[in-house]
Amino acid sequence: MLARLKILFVGAMALSAAVSAQTLTIATVNNGDMITMKELSDDFEAKNPGIQLKWVTLEENILRQRVTTDVATNGGQYDVMTIGTYEVPIWGKQGWLTHLDDLGENYDEQDLLPAIRAGLTVDDKLFAAPFYGESSMVMYRKDLFSKAGLEMPKEPTWSFIAKAAEATTDKSAGVYGICLRGKAGWGENIALITAMSNSFGARWFDENWQPQFDSKAWSDTLTYYVDLLSNYGPPGASANGFNENLSLFQTGKCAIWIDATVAGAFVTNAEDSGVADQVGFAMAPDNGLGKRGNWLWAWSLAVPSSSKNTDAAQKFISWATSKDYLTLVAEKKGWAKVPPGTRSSLYANEDYTSAAPFAQITLDSINSADPSNPTLEAVPYVGVQFVAIPEFQGIGTAVGQQFSAALAGNISVDEALKNAQRITQRTMRKARYIK
Amino acid sequence: MSTLHSRSLARVALVPAVALLIVWMIVPLCMTIYYSVIDYNLLVPGDNEFIGFLNYEFFLTDPAFTESFYNTLLLVGGVLFITIAGGIGLAVLLDQAMYGQNYVRLLILAPFFVMPTVSALVWKNMFMNPVNGLFAHFAVFLGLEPIDFFSQFPLLSVIIIVSWQWLPFATLILLTSIQSLDREQLEAAELDGAGPFSKFFYMVLPHLSRAITAVILIETIFLLSIFAEIFVTTSGGPGYASTNITYLIYTQSLLQFDVGMASAGGVVAVVIANLVAIVLMRLIGKNLEG
Amino acid sequence: MQSTKSKVIYTVLAWTIAGLIFFPIFWTILTSFKTESEAIASSPSLFMFDWTLVNYQDVLSRSPYFLHFSNSIIIAVGSSILGLMIAIPAAWSMAFAQTPKTKHLLMWMLSTKMLPPVGVLIPIYLLFRDFGLLDTRIGLVIVMTLINLPIIVWMLFTYFKEIPKDILESARVDGASLSQEIIYVLMPIALPGIASTLLLNIILAWNEAFWTLILTAADAAPLTAFIASYSSPEGLFYAKLSAASAMAIAPILVMGWFSQKQLVRGLSFGAVK
Repeated sequence: MLARLKILFVGAMALSAAVSAQTLTIATVNNGDMITMKELSDDFEAKNPGIQLKWVTLEENILRQRVTTDVATNGGQYDVMTIGTYEVPIWGKQGWLTHLDDLGENYDEQDLLPAIRAGLTVDDKLFAAPFYGESSMVMYRKDLFSKAGLEMPKEPTWSFIAKAAEATTDKSAGVYGICLRGKAGWGENIALITAMSNSFGARWFDENWQPQFDSKAWSDTLTYYVDLLSNYGPPGASANGFNENLSLFQTGKCAIWIDATVAGAFVTNAEDSGVADQVGFAMAPDNGLGKRGNWLWAWSLAVPSSSKNTDAAQKFISWATSKDYLTLVAEKKGWAKVPPGTRSSLYANEDYTSAAPFAQITLDSINSADPSNPTLEAVPYVGVQFVAIPEFQGIGTAVGQQFSAALAGNISVDEALKNAQRITQRTMRKARYIK
Repeated sequence: MSTLHSRSLARVALVPAVALLIVWMIVPLCMTIYYSVIDYNLLVPGDNEFIGFLNYEFFLTDPAFTESFYNTLLLVGGVLFITIAGGIGLAVLLDQAMYGQNYVRLLILAPFFVMPTVSALVWKNMFMNPVNGLFAHFAVFLGLEPIDFFSQFPLLSVIIIVSWQWLPFATLILLTSIQSLDREQLEAAELDGAGPFSKFFYMVLPHLSRAITAVILIETIFLLSIFAEIFVTTSGGPGYASTNITYLIYTQSLLQFDVGMASAGGVVAVVIANLVAIVLMRLIGKNLEG
Repeated sequence: MQSTKSKVIYTVLAWTIAGLIFFPIFWTILTSFKTESEAIASSPSLFMFDWTLVNYQDVLSRSPYFLHFSNSIIIAVGSSILGLMIAIPAAWSMAFAQTPKTKHLLMWMLSTKMLPPVGVLIPIYLLFRDFGLLDTRIGLVIVMTLINLPIIVWMLFTYFKEIPKDILESARVDGASLSQEIIYVLMPIALPGIASTLLLNIILAWNEAFWTLILTAADAAPLTAFIASYSSPEGLFYAKLSAASAMAIAPILVMGWFSQKQLVRGLSFGAVK
């Protein structure tokens, strides 16, 4: 009788041990910093022996499709999702995300950069923890600039950029004055052009959700963009996204590149970049109107409400976005490879700022971006380089196609703007924002 | 008596396949038709009210719709033309005596085994890229300006990539058909004085008509819903230059998670595909008869 | 009788064309052994570079290749065999007990493939969610079987039609039941056609890049999802992508090569007597 009880007892212990092992399914983008997180994740598993991690790594667009479908249909396939400052406002409002109130005592939420934290908070509740944050900045070749006798100010204007592009272009030597995104997509060329348009005084919608592509500000923006890239940009610019421009810059073909601040780590890395010691940084340009052309984005980790392992998920998120994680990456990969743009403490750390020449500009750019007031005139939406409404992915991509076609020379700037206006109006009408 | 017995047995044997296909077809179709008449956006939880044909109206009045429709036809027609013309040529060539015939066949067959996403990525990054691609290097070597394939010739670029993938398939089927030609008849015609061209047009080609029909049918089914290649290379652009109906459904509806309009688009695509199938059957259906 | 001269001419012509057609694959495999900076060099070299295995190491350590590989095999082979089991009786019935409706039935089956997957994405996803089939290999096997069933039925039908009815009828007269007729008489004769249908289907299921991405997460993801994690990330990726591509297409390429004779023999669509 006793023997049987003992067996039962042992059996129950074994069963409960097996049951207490949780599995977290983590969906993430295939960016370098996330891949590092995956590599270092055995540190988390060592500290939390009851939790096993399973990874789903995908390219950004496919990931967004899958994750959105899952969260909207309560599919329950993921416990941790990598989403951006675009999804958080929308999903947080729908109640699809778990409120992150259990991140631990040492987490120090106040340390998160204010602009980023604001982008991930809805109704005073934090719904996602930032993994890395970025803004946009100017990267330029110090050697080409001194050869042309120019000096880049810390806060350049768009007219200066145009002049500098002209002076540094040398097509026979395969050097192009300016490289910018041209590939169509709401996160590709539209991100850049929207941020640019803010500095030209334009906006996507007025307070009544009427699209504003018929405004002079938009006409100025697109004309400047198309002229600049057609005259001083590389061939095939209309198909170039972040990666294409990165490889162009790293192989010495661009004098100026305006793009995400995360590129700073790539272009100064001597292993991959042929121009690593010649790179200078400056703030994104403006037109003196009060808004600069820099954007704000943070890849963040969130927990869908449909997850069955919210406690374990929050533990993981806490680990991946903590100060200790930053130190861990520094130990294993060096300070320059630490995920940037999330915590003030990182930028106060001299080890980091001395290893990362792009740190100060990154910090300044992030701090100067204001998603709640992105434009000169009032707007009914949040988002600097996007509009945080569900319809934006479709509209943004369709308008991006028009702008890309204008850059390729297939249609004129006026036509592109007219099409953009019509496309956006149609969709807004169907979605019942306007009559 | 045994015929009656086997006839009912025959019907029973058909049941699993037909039943499964009915379920597989009816259930999604019904769901799609249902969703296409309600207002259902995944990201905007609402009442999902009935809105009649509004989704269809929006989808069909989209200025991109006409362009996508023509692009779809161009895409299918272009690939069919290249693969069949090329396939016939290659099949005739491979039928000749040569050294290492097996290895040549191996090499020509290879593209069919490659995943569409992989081949699109390879073509896009390693060949057609106007700065780093091999075609660009080649052009510079010749002293010419590199062509920006995806901006200047988006649809043609997609056609090239898809044709590369399907050429082996067409070649294979046509080669098998050629190898079943009656050699004696050919020799008899030669003795009668027929030259290579008339032999080809009056004897080989008619014999191939069955195989050509099979190729057209299978390829059309797959080509009407090309998606991955466009997604990876041009994303439908610039503008709508390389958008086909399938991709239009994606950008118009799925990208915004508008399930209602995506479903309406799906129904429209089915109608179009069936129309194409009917036209095809009229044109070449007789070739399928035994 | 063909002269050696024409043989040589045809050889040169054929090898040139074949080389051109195969070149993209060759270039991919070559690039997978280069470093990232070599891969985008402005004057790419053919053989004179530092051969390295670092890309393969990276890919293997970053992704569970063997999990994806086994998933691909299970899904492709499983759905093909399942499809054959359902299709053989159906094709038998359509070929040997033909009715006026048969052609229409065939056309209807083929038309079920006309509904583009993008249109039914959400409904199917919801169905799978409700049945708990999301991210399961069984779920994918079912989907692959269903989308390829029309092709399998059609190919088998055209092949069976060429088989003389007398053989089967004499078996029936000898007292064979239906299943015996199919297994012991029909299948041996039709083996080439069945084999090549199986092979073709494995290839199609292996390369299917829509449902395999949508309906899987971490457990059932096949090689198509593996590739999707290497396309356009931030940073240089050509060499790694080439290595990943090489690893993704190698199995099916090898299988296709070893079975090409079978494939050729079976794809006759009734033209071989």
